Amino acid sequence: MAAPRHRRRGFSRKVQYSLFAGYVIAVVGVVVAAALLVLAHFDPRAFSTLRGLTLDAGSMFTSAGRSGVRVGSDLLDEVTAYFDAGGQNRVLRDQLASERRELIAAKTIKAENARLKRLALLVEHLPRPLLSARLIGSTPSAQRRFATLAAGSGDGVQPGMAVRAPEGLVGRIFETGIFSSRVLLLTDGETAVPVKMARNGVAGLASGQGDGTMEIRSLTAGGRPYRRGDIAVTSGTGGIYAPNIPVAVVIAIESDRAIAMPLADPARADFVLVYPIFQAPIADLPTQPKP
Amino acid sequence: MSRRQSDSFANHPPLRALTVPLVSTLLGSATSLLPVIATAPLLPPFGLMIFLGWRVLRPEMWAAWIALPLGLADDLLSGHFLGTSMALWTVALLVLDWIDNVFVWRDYWMEWLIASGGIILITVASWALSQPPSSHARLLIIVPQLIGAILCFPAILRLAAALDSWRLRQ
Repeated sequence: MAAPRHRRRGFSRKVQYSLFAGYVIAVVGVVVAAALLVLAHFDPRAFSTLRGLTLDAGSMFTSAGRSGVRVGSDLLDEVTAYFDAGGQNRVLRDQLASERRELIAAKTIKAENARLKRLALLVEHLPRPLLSARLIGSTPSAQRRFATLAAGSGDGVQPGMAVRAPEGLVGRIFETGIFSSRVLLLTDGETAVPVKMARNGVAGLASGQGDGTMEIRSLTAGGRPYRRGDIAVTSGTGGIYAPNIPVAVVIAIESDRAIAMPLADPARADFVLVYPIFQAPIADLPTQPKP
Repeated sequence: MSRRQSDSFANHPPLRALTVPLVSTLLGSATSLLPVIATAPLLPPFGLMIFLGWRVLRPEMWAAWIALPLGLADDLLSGHFLGTSMALWTVALLVLDWIDNVFVWRDYWMEWLIASGGIILITVASWALSQPPSSHARLLIIVPQLIGAILCFPAILRLAAALDSWRLRQ
């Protein structure tokens, strides 16, 4: 079948002119869009008001459906939990006994730690959470990994703040609307979290890969610092994230780097906590004293 | 000419005939508002697919500039940098106009092939344009989404055809 020659509309001047004008508008529009893109790469927070407004409008629809989805996924978990319940019970019972011993040891260590800190007059300003809010949605088809949080600049949320769930770090606030905001998840390619391994304290940098995993690279060369099952926690370097928040667990080793899975699953986190920026970097260094 | 002027439908199409394609494309873009939280891109880009579906079905319906507002809405809803879909969708319409003049012979498979090529190129390009310079994400992560989109496209075309017959019913 031949395609209709739809762009030849006879000899009418009017039709030909309007067709030509359509092409001109399209080409000018492409140039404008390209300019917008260049602007966005230099200043990712450009047009934050417009983007915030759409974010707010969209979050109204998303938050309404979220509870239904949560009930559905909980139901599925309940059903799957019935399979191999017996074997799981035995394993969990053993695990509980060993965890209980470790818990008692950890409690004594905590008390001793507090006492030593008092002795050494160590001052720590660990931030208190600003608020807790629900994660209501995300961008499931787009190439970036964002989630939507049901709190915005009206509640005091600012871009750059850290977001964590009880299980571990979730991400960082990227942009805010008035009553909702976008969270850059750990698995996004832009994320980079300074971490240390909980087992041996080796410092590293965890970055997202976009496919649900993170990559951890050691900051020191040589050796094989990672093992499967290692837990990475934030080191507090850089001042954005408070230290000792669990981040990810190592699932595979590839020579000197490790592939890790984030500990907090944003799809299951009911509520997340928003923390103010731990310690903002000093903008201007103190001037040299005059001689 | 006289027949055309007497046909009131061609001169003053009802509101439904104009808005149904636009609204259905916007609804496709709005699937990113679904209340699921995904740690990897899984859903096919429905906005883009419905947009291409209408273009394949009714090549004469839209002028090329219509992709500017539709792309802007898609950017705002999906959290891309502003201008990503705006530029890519408009370029796609211009290229499709050119293709219509080159490959005159058409059938179902040819249209599926052209739309699949469009989906692949636009998704890869929007992946490239939406990554910040310091990104570590790999291109492979969009492959499942692409396969889903290409396999779903005939169904989207059917949907567009059903909507088309509904919007033009007198």
